[in-house]
Amino acid sequence: MSVETHDGVHRHPAPTSFIRKYIFSIDHKVIGIQYIMLALAAVAVGMIMSLLMRLNLSWPPPHSWPILETLFPTGAPGGVMTPEFYLSLVTMHGTIMVFFVLTTAPQGGFGNYFLPIQIGAEDMAFPVLNMLSFWVTLVGFIVILLAIFVEGNASLGQWFSALGPSFAGGSGTVGPIGGWTGYAPLSALGKIAGPGQGAGMNLWIISIAIFCVGSLLGALNFITTLLNMRTKGMSLMRMPLTCWAWFTTAVLALLSFPVLLGGGILLLLDRVAGTSFFIPSGLYVSGLLSGTNPNFPLHTGGSPILWQHLFWFFGHPEVYIAILPGMGATSHILATFARKPVFGYRAMVFAIFAIGLLGFFVWGHHMFISGMSPYSAIAFSVLTLSIGVPSAVKTFNWIGTLWGGRIRFTTAMLFAIGFVSLFVAGGITGLILGQSSLDLAMHDTYIVPAHFHLVMGVASIFGMFAALYFWFPKMFGRFMSESIGRIHFWLTFIGVYAIFVPMHVMGLVGMPRRYASFTEYRFLDSLHPLVVLVTVAAIVTIAAQVLFYFNVFWSMFKGEKVTSDNPWEATTLEWTTATPPPHDNFAGVLPTVYHGPYEFAVPGAPNDFVMQTDVEADVPSGNGH
Amino acid sequence: MATSTKKVTSKGIGSGGGFPGPNGKKPGGNGWHGGDGSKRKFSPASYRITMWVVLAAVLMMFAALSSVYIMSSEEQRQPVAMPSMFFVSTGLILVSSGTFHKAKRSLQTDRPRSYLRWLLATLALGIAFLASQLVAWRELARAGVYFVGHPRSTFFYLATALHGAHLVGGIALVLYLVYRRVRPGWLLHGEKNLTWHGVVGLYWHTMDGIWVWLFLLLLIFK
Repeated sequence: MSVETHDGVHRHPAPTSFIRKYIFSIDHKVIGIQYIMLALAAVAVGMIMSLLMRLNLSWPPPHSWPILETLFPTGAPGGVMTPEFYLSLVTMHGTIMVFFVLTTAPQGGFGNYFLPIQIGAEDMAFPVLNMLSFWVTLVGFIVILLAIFVEGNASLGQWFSALGPSFAGGSGTVGPIGGWTGYAPLSALGKIAGPGQGAGMNLWIISIAIFCVGSLLGALNFITTLLNMRTKGMSLMRMPLTCWAWFTTAVLALLSFPVLLGGGILLLLDRVAGTSFFIPSGLYVSGLLSGTNPNFPLHTGGSPILWQHLFWFFGHPEVYIAILPGMGATSHILATFARKPVFGYRAMVFAIFAIGLLGFFVWGHHMFISGMSPYSAIAFSVLTLSIGVPSAVKTFNWIGTLWGGRIRFTTAMLFAIGFVSLFVAGGITGLILGQSSLDLAMHDTYIVPAHFHLVMGVASIFGMFAALYFWFPKMFGRFMSESIGRIHFWLTFIGVYAIFVPMHVMGLVGMPRRYASFTEYRFLDSLHPLVVLVTVAAIVTIAAQVLFYFNVFWSMFKGEKVTSDNPWEATTLEWTTATPPPHDNFAGVLPTVYHGPYEFAVPGAPNDFVMQTDVEADVPSGNGH
Repeated sequence: MATSTKKVTSKGIGSGGGFPGPNGKKPGGNGWHGGDGSKRKFSPASYRITMWVVLAAVLMMFAALSSVYIMSSEEQRQPVAMPSMFFVSTGLILVSSGTFHKAKRSLQTDRPRSYLRWLLATLALGIAFLASQLVAWRELARAGVYFVGHPRSTFFYLATALHGAHLVGGIALVLYLVYRRVRPGWLLHGEKNLTWHGVVGLYWHTMDGIWVWLFLLLLIFK
């Protein structure tokens, strides 16, 4: 099959026009930066929403915030937030953060930029598909923003009603109120289910479906590229752990997003076409019995729990989609700045795979309170706890990597160490919540938000911070300010612990999550100072992110210029090429790889590190070439 | 501290629907020319891997839908009589896999005219399959089974519609094979022709298999 063909695909020449170069670019590096910019925009929206929630919890109604009335006249009449408004903030914060921040930045952003370079390829396998995946994702983001405005604005709702009766909106919230999980049957019924379940909910589902398509396009590109486009010498076990993480993440996305897409189609059909997949017989909602009112036609035979199964079959792998790239980046950065090889490289690879694989069999632990059989609950429990094993392997290997290293405390290193800290602190409560008997009591309290924010929210974000501080010099040819970076790290690190540790306490006392205010609950009154403390910590942490945004954009243009292509003295392929890398990554000559990815502190080598492209003679241990 | 690696015998690219592709140890194993490179080398493996990956995603969606059918509530369910057209459509799609395979034989034995004939036969069978599904819908409606109703009834329409939508993609792919065959310069692209045929075949046979699965699900699991 080695016949030379006459129709080799022409290599894409570097584009010259502004639009082809920066907007509709097929260069994976530009697409990666576009994803990061999208995530930076989305995380700002999500962060402002969390701030509004905190303000409402600390200074609950009747306290008035006049500015809110100006922005959301129907959601906050007189500046006082309605409970529906609060719930829609919960929903939109969760949806935007999980999909458009934690899924886009680690994978679409850094994965896109660095996976092809780290394996020594000129671009992704299908550059046009790659461009499409970004633009599809962007459309998804625009639609989710529309969901906010169609719910909060009656006239826009009128305009949308041209799409069909179920699209008429304007119920006075700032978006759908179903939570990021959109639980049926309320999410399947339409306007009849109350405010925040109308037009915005349709757009929410459509946005998620669009996002699924974008992610699938990205995932198949990642998998094909990694399997087929590694350069000469780049065997699987010589890949940086970042590549393993991105690859496993792509596989998870590939197998879980279609299930959400299928579920989303069914949910939308229930809402717009009158089917009954998630709507049980004899449902009584808003004072109406199914089948007795033209607004609420007869539904039979559906199962609301089925939606939970479909959602969480996707939802659990999704949390690993968020965290695995952070794990990869952390391993990579810890080794680089501890000047030591990653402790137990092979074990790390298998741990990534084990976490990915087990992630498909534990979705039931989100549903212990759905009335599932205790026998199923035990099975899900045991499988869930078993994820502790590969997670512990990773944790101990990170510590083993640091042990005895000559650590360079750059900002990137600080964030990578912070990642380990947050992953352990958040993960430890996973062992508690993973037991069905304990989860029954704790599931709807603040312990759960405390747990998942630490372990998959903030930890992933720390992984991305580490990645950005680490790779920024390669991406833009300038360093981010280390002094601002350190302030950013310490404020954020202390800030997130000050936010989420008290939440554990609130959960143990029994404070229910998702409630807009607790003024009706005398037994929670004594917790109010803690609630205010969390809000103050949140305000400080968010203020620290302003520093971060400033650092990113200021450093892009005014940061200290790099003087070497390998400023961190790292070993992998991205540091062998020009800064920033040329259009085809390696200026026409693909590198040949002779070494593993983390050969630091090599005895007998001239430097304390051996780059992957250094020829064999430099190192004592042979490698088959 | 260098990581020592074992020498692994290169598996090569292979010619079947193999998975995965080259292991990166072969010179130029990644499909791109280093060095002079004004051209990017055609890489059959990247097409095959991508098709496998696409099919994995498609299979996951149909698996999810099947679980919806199996898990939907038994209550107030009226048993749905299997439309007789489904037996016809199942026959049609099975035969179409056969004709597609015949086309592959013609391609391998270098008989371009017969290749085109078998492709067109496959195309006709695919379109006939879609038509028979539409007839089956009418049959269902006449029997009082509508799209809106018990999830088990809806599933008859939903499964056929989603499968049909995927088969439309398959028909488009076969049309592309026909286009490749009739456009000038066909003989110049021996390797590429085989690759494209193999990739489209993976998709076509999988769609066949998915339909047979849905058919058996509807037939047996009532």
